[in-house]
Amino acid sequence: MTALFATDFFWETWPWWADTIFRLIFAIVAVLLPAGATVYLYLFKMVSFMQSRLGPMEAGPYGSMQLLAEVGKNLQKEDIFPARADRTVFAMAPYVVLLSTFLLAVVIPFGPEATFIDLDTGVYFALAVSSVSVIGILMAGWASASKYSLLGGLRAAGQLIAYELPLILAVVGVVIQAGTLNLQDIVTAQNQQEIFGWGAIGNPFILTQMLGFIIFLIAVQAELTQVPFDMPIAESELVSGYMTEYSGFRFLMFFIAEFATANIFAFLGATLFLGGWSVPPFLTDLLGIAWDSPIMNLVGPFVMLTKMLLLTFIFYWVRFTYPRFREDQLQKFAWKVLIPLSLMNIAITAVFKVVF
Amino acid sequence: MTDTTTEAPDDEVVETDEAREALLEAIGSEFGDAIIETHLVPGRDLWIRIDPAAWADTATYLRNRQRFRFFNWLSAIDWMPSPFGRSMDSEVDKLVGAVDEEEAAEEEEAGTGYAGGATRFQIVARVHNLSTLQGLTLKADIGDADASAESLSIGTWTHEYPGANWHEREVYEMYGISFEGHPGLRKLYLPGDFEGHPLRKDFPLLARIVKPWPGIVDVEPMPELPEKPEPAAAGDTAAEAPADAPSTENPEDTQ
Amino acid sequence: MTAVSDRRQLAYIAAQAADARVNVELEAEGMTLNIGPQHPATHGTLRIVARLDGEQVIEADPIMGYMHRGYEKLAEVRTYPQVTTLINRIDWLGSFANEVPFILAAEQLMDIEAPPRAQHIRTILFEMARIANLTLFLGDMGVQLGAVTPVFYAFRDREHILNQIEAATGGRFHPNFDRIGGLKDDLPAGWVAETKESLGHITKFCNLMDDLLIGNEIFEARTRGIGVVPADVALSYGLSGANVRASGVDWDLRRDNPVGLAYDKVDWKVWTHPDGDSFARYWVRLQEVRESVKIVEQLLDTIPSGPIMAKVPRIIKVPEGEAYVETENPLGVMGYYVVSKGGLNPFRVKIRSASFSNMSITPWLLKGTYVPDVITILASLYFILGDIDR
Repeated sequence: MTALFATDFFWETWPWWADTIFRLIFAIVAVLLPAGATVYLYLFKMVSFMQSRLGPMEAGPYGSMQLLAEVGKNLQKEDIFPARADRTVFAMAPYVVLLSTFLLAVVIPFGPEATFIDLDTGVYFALAVSSVSVIGILMAGWASASKYSLLGGLRAAGQLIAYELPLILAVVGVVIQAGTLNLQDIVTAQNQQEIFGWGAIGNPFILTQMLGFIIFLIAVQAELTQVPFDMPIAESELVSGYMTEYSGFRFLMFFIAEFATANIFAFLGATLFLGGWSVPPFLTDLLGIAWDSPIMNLVGPFVMLTKMLLLTFIFYWVRFTYPRFREDQLQKFAWKVLIPLSLMNIAITAVFKVVF
Repeated sequence: MTDTTTEAPDDEVVETDEAREALLEAIGSEFGDAIIETHLVPGRDLWIRIDPAAWADTATYLRNRQRFRFFNWLSAIDWMPSPFGRSMDSEVDKLVGAVDEEEAAEEEEAGTGYAGGATRFQIVARVHNLSTLQGLTLKADIGDADASAESLSIGTWTHEYPGANWHEREVYEMYGISFEGHPGLRKLYLPGDFEGHPLRKDFPLLARIVKPWPGIVDVEPMPELPEKPEPAAAGDTAAEAPADAPSTENPEDTQ
Repeated sequence: MTAVSDRRQLAYIAAQAADARVNVELEAEGMTLNIGPQHPATHGTLRIVARLDGEQVIEADPIMGYMHRGYEKLAEVRTYPQVTTLINRIDWLGSFANEVPFILAAEQLMDIEAPPRAQHIRTILFEMARIANLTLFLGDMGVQLGAVTPVFYAFRDREHILNQIEAATGGRFHPNFDRIGGLKDDLPAGWVAETKESLGHITKFCNLMDDLLIGNEIFEARTRGIGVVPADVALSYGLSGANVRASGVDWDLRRDNPVGLAYDKVDWKVWTHPDGDSFARYWVRLQEVRESVKIVEQLLDTIPSGPIMAKVPRIIKVPEGEAYVETENPLGVMGYYVVSKGGLNPFRVKIRSASFSNMSITPWLLKGTYVPDVITILASLYFILGDIDR
């Protein structure tokens, strides 16, 4: 199988449209499969256990088909437009949010060659397209012609803009250390760099960029509008914020986008801080293969999946433990705590980069 | 000013209540003739019926001079006997002796509660002094004895007790009594276009008219009395209290 | 014009009219936000019309009555024993506590007193109703602030108490167990030991809430200094229960006026907090649950033997008179002003429910707060809609 992928013959006879279709299918799998997995594993089961209940048990063995049931339920529902909604914008908003999720996924490398696009400015691209969802959320909030949605949309806009900055600044430390904006190269850097001459586990940036990693996680939690930063949704205040008026399929798209984006950000976090698809060098040395041997194209996605599950576990753990901030407290936290800290992180990283 | 005092119901309770008597005296010296009637139950409670003209001032005095800081509630009573009867007379009740005609007539003629009352509507309010832990029930007659039921009004308490706001709104919609100086007198519970004042006695309770009182059919037997109560003597039979823990096998228990 | 666009136009007109109505109600321009009558934070059908400037509340006006059941009117055409069935539904989380003041008022008018055993068991059930009520508050406060997990623990641990209430009375939520002159039944065998065991869950639950919410920085940031009620304002608005104790007023009817209940036989403490903010209200209620556990534990050890019913005529007729009895219910002071003209049914029952007065402060308290704080304040004042609307 790997041999087949490795031959030039295969790639030359592979028509361009087949490649496109292959990538498209893989993109959908890469986005939806982990989303389904985390929703079932964490949202349905882990959280249920944390809350001393069983979670779904009826659909399929141990409730494993619950997600399909949810999808089926939502697909059957009437597609309701509020009376005074701006119908076009209202209908488009979920697609824009979902689009941001898929755009985010395209730069994530899953193996030495298993990438959708290998952009030189991958980090930059990822952080840029992640903000596209703000537009979708604002559109949803505005077009719903509901005051709750409007408030939710406005809160989301304010919040996502405030947390874009710490998110970017937290990643800048990684970029400085790796010396590149290319996500694939960042993975390479983490695998190939050594910690004071000891290279058995490479140099996953979580070790040197611990502060950046924590800021990244906090900012991602805010980007995802999850507790403790879920004011745009805020069930007890704004009912469901910008999603209040959505039902059926369109709600489902928001739902998918919400959880898929969580996974994609976890993928991004894994790539930036946990060494991406690569395994520690001592393992590949043990097996006697190169760290970027073609087999990693198959192993890589599973390595990523593992790391992603680890990070999403933290997301959901926090999500179901903490109360939520108030809007002004969140802004204060972003501007007065996270941004100075991340700037400090950049300065320290830069100094160390020059010194060593 | 007439005073009535009922003897304390329990032997343990003090027969005289110096604190409340002192309070009564203080209020009496402040308001003089405005106090129409009082009623004191030692160790329990004090009722004062006050001239409606002095109603608003009473709140000021009680709150600021007597430290009755806690506003408990404000409501009204419609003393008119219900024109729909008691809605509780049925043939069954007459059979079991729950109702007899004389008593019902007596009930119709019964007075207007502690501290009396001269008019159909009476406003009742209760305030507390938390330092002495005294409660005080105030009453005031509303309107003349034969005033039209539409032109009832009395001074508001909201200037002293802002909490009276909602209570007065409730009285306004339930009894049609308006409060002079109330900041926003509108209906509290009912829709704005609701007609009538539900808690007035002449407002029919439709549910009871549609489906009349079935009579006391659910007299609950005492745990220690397995036999059915005899209907004729039921009225004045005192149930024998169980001497020890009642038996659980009692079939009547499970009903 | 097709039928579809007709319908849309009608819907549009209806929506416009609804908006206009809301604006007229407040006689205000600008954005009015209708919080409720169907809103997750209103525990039922309370509606708060808030005029907003951005997210700041300029004016808030609670509108009630969506659940008004007219108990005061209904009670006038029911016999005294039947009234307890109605008033069970006032504060539906602590139902037994609703019955007690009414029964005590009727007993006061009839000049009878329940035997000590009945009083004792009443107090136990009263406190268990308080635990069942306040544990839900302790968890629910988390939900209102965005932490969904605590409420599941609340439901889980509260279940033990409800089971015990059910074992003793036959009703989980609406026991209807109190009778004029005593209680319907004696306690079942083995109940005391089981109840003691179930109280252990509540103690653990309180510690859990201490860890999950009290110690949480976000929780403190969201509740400290939010919705501060000065003691004097609280009293003049008629706030009671934990709401005034959180403002530093050391007043608890259980200690200060334990009519017909056995609180003077146990050793417990009234907790107060000087701050008067949402955090204080939460904290005081948490301590109150702990005290309730203590009270029940002590009472369970000292249940006197004897009858559970006093000598009461089979058909209850209450002599002419007036009585007002209030008790310290889970939500605050609840009292019944019973006017009897001597007969089967009360002539007038004024129900003084705690939430009604507690909520009457909201127009004053919500002015100038932010929408998230509105939720915090409403949650911390803790109302049950049935207790407002009666």
